Amino acid sequence: MEMVPIRDGFILAGALFALGLIGVLVRRNVIFILMSLEVMLNAAGLAFVVAGARWGQPDGQVVFLFILAMAAAEVSVGLALVLELYHQYKSLDTDAVSRMKG
Amino acid sequence: MTIVFYVASAVAIVSTALMITRLHAVHALLYLIVSLLAVSVVFYTLGAPFIAALEVIIYAGAIMVLFVFVVMLLNLGEQAARAERALLKPSMWTGPLILAAILMAEFVYLLTAGSSGRFGGAMIGPRGVGASLFGPYLIGVELASMLLLGGLVGAYHLGYRKAPKPEVG
Repeated sequence: MEMVPIRDGFILAGALFALGLIGVLVRRNVIFILMSLEVMLNAAGLAFVVAGARWGQPDGQVVFLFILAMAAAEVSVGLALVLELYHQYKSLDTDAVSRMKG
Repeated sequence: MTIVFYVASAVAIVSTALMITRLHAVHALLYLIVSLLAVSVVFYTLGAPFIAALEVIIYAGAIMVLFVFVVMLLNLGEQAARAERALLKPSMWTGPLILAAILMAEFVYLLTAGSSGRFGGAMIGPRGVGASLFGPYLIGVELASMLLLGGLVGAYHLGYRKAPKPEVG
């Protein structure tokens, strides 16, 4: 069996990253923004794994593990912030917090 | 093997596109989980079975459980029961179900295909990843543990609420 061409793997990673970016830019619900961030991180990790598979080295998978740890830390702090936002403003709209204090 | 990659890629892109266009967070979460499962199949076809398993366990398992937990936590209120009934309409979960069924068919195909379903290049299993992770990348592992500790402390600090002062007298 032949290998998957590296170009197609990168096209998939780029498409997923672009969809996540569109989600971050278009949606105003902070939960959707966090989910789109997860998609973008996942697409970046996919690019690393594709490149690692192309050269047969484990380094791409190692970097994906680091991205996984970073995503877990990011989502725990992010969701704590979402809960705090909801308790203060009773809303998940990011426009509600667009003004700074002072 | 390559056809499995292309079908899983199509499922990933379609479910992600449907995810960012949903109006309700729970429906978007269903599509996001299907998208992560599809990317997991893509990892398997790229010769990374360990990463494919971690994608399912940590992303689609742990992180998505956090999301579902928070969404359900913010869903409290008098109309929660009505919203719950609307959430569980069959038309809402047939889309993710169909996409997940495609992934399931690919899974069965990979298990039963035998040698023709084998990956063409060098399959890098947990052994290679672990040897590299705890060899040249050891300092990265330590830094990741510091980052996770920081995330834990930060989430605890943000979620901490002061107990109301007891009334005296």
